[in-house]
Amino acid sequence: MSASLVLEQLLNGLQFGLMLFLLSAGLTLVLGMMDVVNLAQGSLYMLGAYFAATLGAATGSFWAGVVGAVLATAVVALLLEVSVLRRVYGADHLTQVLATFALILMFNEGVRMIWGPQALLLSVPPELARPVALLPGLSYSAYRLAIIATGAVLAVALFLFIHRTRVGMWVRAGASNRRMAQAMGVPIRRVFTGVFVVGAALSAVAGALLGPIFAVQVGMGEEVLILAFVVIVIGGIGSVKGSLVGSLLVGVVDTAGRAFLPAAFGQLFPPEVASNLGPAVASVLIYFLMALVLFLRPQGLFPVRG
Amino acid sequence: MSRTVRVVLVVVVFACTLASGLASGQARTLKIGFVSTLSGGGAALGVDVLDAFQLALRHLGGRLGGLPAEVITVDDQSSPDVARTGVERLLRRDRVDLVTGIIFSHVLLAVGDLIFNHGTFYISPNAGPSEYAGEQCNLHFINVAWQNDNMHEAMGHYATLKNYETAFILAPNYPAGRDALTGFKRFYKGRVVSEVYTRLGQLDYSAEIAQIRAARPRAVYAFYPGAMGVNFIKQYAEAGLMQQVQLLVPGFSADADVIRAVGKPMVGVFNSSHWALELFNPINRRFVEDFRRTYGRVPTLYAAQGYDAALAIDHGLRAVGGDLSRKADFRKAILSGFDSTRGRVRFSKNGYPIQDYYLRQVVELPNGEIINRLRGTIFRNHADAYVNQCRLP
Repeated sequence: MSASLVLEQLLNGLQFGLMLFLLSAGLTLVLGMMDVVNLAQGSLYMLGAYFAATLGAATGSFWAGVVGAVLATAVVALLLEVSVLRRVYGADHLTQVLATFALILMFNEGVRMIWGPQALLLSVPPELARPVALLPGLSYSAYRLAIIATGAVLAVALFLFIHRTRVGMWVRAGASNRRMAQAMGVPIRRVFTGVFVVGAALSAVAGALLGPIFAVQVGMGEEVLILAFVVIVIGGIGSVKGSLVGSLLVGVVDTAGRAFLPAAFGQLFPPEVASNLGPAVASVLIYFLMALVLFLRPQGLFPVRG
Repeated sequence: MSRTVRVVLVVVVFACTLASGLASGQARTLKIGFVSTLSGGGAALGVDVLDAFQLALRHLGGRLGGLPAEVITVDDQSSPDVARTGVERLLRRDRVDLVTGIIFSHVLLAVGDLIFNHGTFYISPNAGPSEYAGEQCNLHFINVAWQNDNMHEAMGHYATLKNYETAFILAPNYPAGRDALTGFKRFYKGRVVSEVYTRLGQLDYSAEIAQIRAARPRAVYAFYPGAMGVNFIKQYAEAGLMQQVQLLVPGFSADADVIRAVGKPMVGVFNSSHWALELFNPINRRFVEDFRRTYGRVPTLYAAQGYDAALAIDHGLRAVGGDLSRKADFRKAILSGFDSTRGRVRFSKNGYPIQDYYLRQVVELPNGEIINRLRGTIFRNHADAYVNQCRLP
C-alpha cells in the first residue's frame, strides 16, 4: 500500500465529506433551531441537480447552471418554508416526518413528470475533464479538486458567518435555546427562514456539483439524506462544526472502507468469503461509526444544547 | 341532467362495453406482460428492449404467432420488491399469457419462481443468471440473448490471446456481476491481481480507480451496465488511466447508450458482443434501419435482444398454432432454432443460446459519429458452462 494511494483515497474522502457537509449544514441547523425534522432536504439537493442540468444545457455553461440552480432552489425553499414548514414548527416529530415525507413523494413525482423517469447523465465541464499531477506519481481529477476547493471555501465562509457575525450569533443562540433567544429579542422566525433558505442553497450546490459524478435521477435525494442524518447524529444536532467534522469522518471512513477493507479481508479469509464479506462490511461501516459515537457520546461529538 | 339523458348515457356506456367485449372475443388477444427497468440508472436498457420489442411487433403486423398481441408494461425500477408486486398483478389480474422484459438478474431471480409455478413462460431478452442454466433450469424459461457468463468469457479469452499478464477485475455485487467475473476468470489465463465487487447502483468510482492506479495491472476488466458503466468509464478517463492501463469491457459497457453519454474517451475501447450493427442478414438490416428511423438513435445490443425476444415468441407460437398450452412443443420450436438479428440461433437444452461471440471496437467515423465496429470472432458456437447440470431432456 503506497503513500500516494492513501493520499488519493484521503482526497476522495475529503471530496465526498465536503459535499455531505453542504447537505447536512442546513439540516442540522433546521433540526437544532426549530426542532423540525426536514426529510425534504434531499429533495432540494435533487432539485439543485436537475436545475443545474437544465440551466447548464440552456446557457451552455456549466458554472452558469450551478449559480442558476442555487438561486432557483433558494426560491423554491423560500416558498416551501412559507407555505408548508411554518405550519409544522410546533407540531410533534411524527407530524413533521409525515409532512416532509409527503413533500419527498410530491417532489419525486413532479420531477418524474417534468424531466422524465430516465437518469440524466451529465458530463464534467470540458476544461476540468482531465487529471492534474499533484505529486510525481499522483494525478487527480481536476473536477474533483474544484469540488474540494468549492466545498472548503463554503465551509470556511459558513463558519465565519456563524461564529463572527451578529446574525450568526442569533443562529447559535437559537440552536442552543430557542425560547431564551426569543425572550432576548432575537427575531427567530425570520432568522429561521433565512437559515432554511441558505441550507437549501448549500444543498443545491452539492446537488449541482455532484451531478456529473453521480447521475441526476429521481430518488437521488433519499440516498444522501440518510448519510446526512448519520452525519448530524455523529456531529451533534444543531452544530455546524459538528456537521463538518461528522461529514469528513463519514466521507473518509466510507471511502477507506471501500478501498481497503476488501483487501484486508482478502488476507484473512479465503477469496470467496472475502469477496462477499468485504463489500458488505464496507457498506455498513459508517453505521458502525454512528453506533460507536452514540454509545460513547449520545449527544454527538459537539453537543449544542446545555 | 334529466332522467332520460341519464338512461341514454347508461345504455350507451353499457353498449360500448359489450361491443368492445365482443370485438375482443372474436379473435383471442395474446397478452404479453412486459416487466422491465424503465426508470433510474438502468432505464436506457429497459427502454431499448421495450422500443425494439414494439418495433418487432409492428413489423409482424401487431401479431405474434398470428394472434393480435397486447403489451402490458410494468416498470420494476430495478427493484425485486416492485417487480414481485408487478408480476403478481400481471399473472392474477391481467392474466397475461407470457412474461418477458426483465433487465437485471437479481430482479429475475426474485420473480422467476412466481412465473414458472404459475405455469407461465418467461422469455428473457437480457437477464441470464447461472442459477437458471444449471440445476434450477426450468421448462418455462428461455433466454434469447446469452447466459450471463458468456460475454465475459469472450473477453477473458481475448485478454489471454493478447497476453495481458495481469488484470484488475470489477463488477457490481449482484448475481450477474458474480457471473461476469466468474466467466472472465474461466477463460483468462493471466493473473487476477484484484477482484472487486462494488455496490449495485454505485456511481462514484474514485476509490476503485485509486486502487487500480496503485495496483498497476496490464489490463482492467470492468462489467458495468447502464449509468454505472457511463460513470465508471468517464471517471476512468478523467483520472487519466485510459492511456496507462488497457480497459477491457463487455458489450454492455460499450454500446450506443454508453457511447452517447461518454463520447470521445470511448474511442478505441475493445468489447465483446453476440450481436453487431453490421451483421449481414436481412432481419438485422431491417431492424437497424427501422430502429434508427423510428426512434432517432443507434440501436444497442439490448435493442437487438428485445427485437429477438418478439421474433422468438412469434416463431414458437406459430409452431403450436397460438396454443400456449402445448408447452413442450412451444419450447422445442424455439430451442431448435429461430431466425434472429444474429441469423439462425440454436439453443442448449437449458434454454440458453449456442452462438458466436464477436470482438468489437469503438471507432470514430470521418463524419464524427462514434460507433462500434466488428473486428473479428472470439468464439464460434459457444455454449454456457452449466448446461450439463440441467436435468431437462
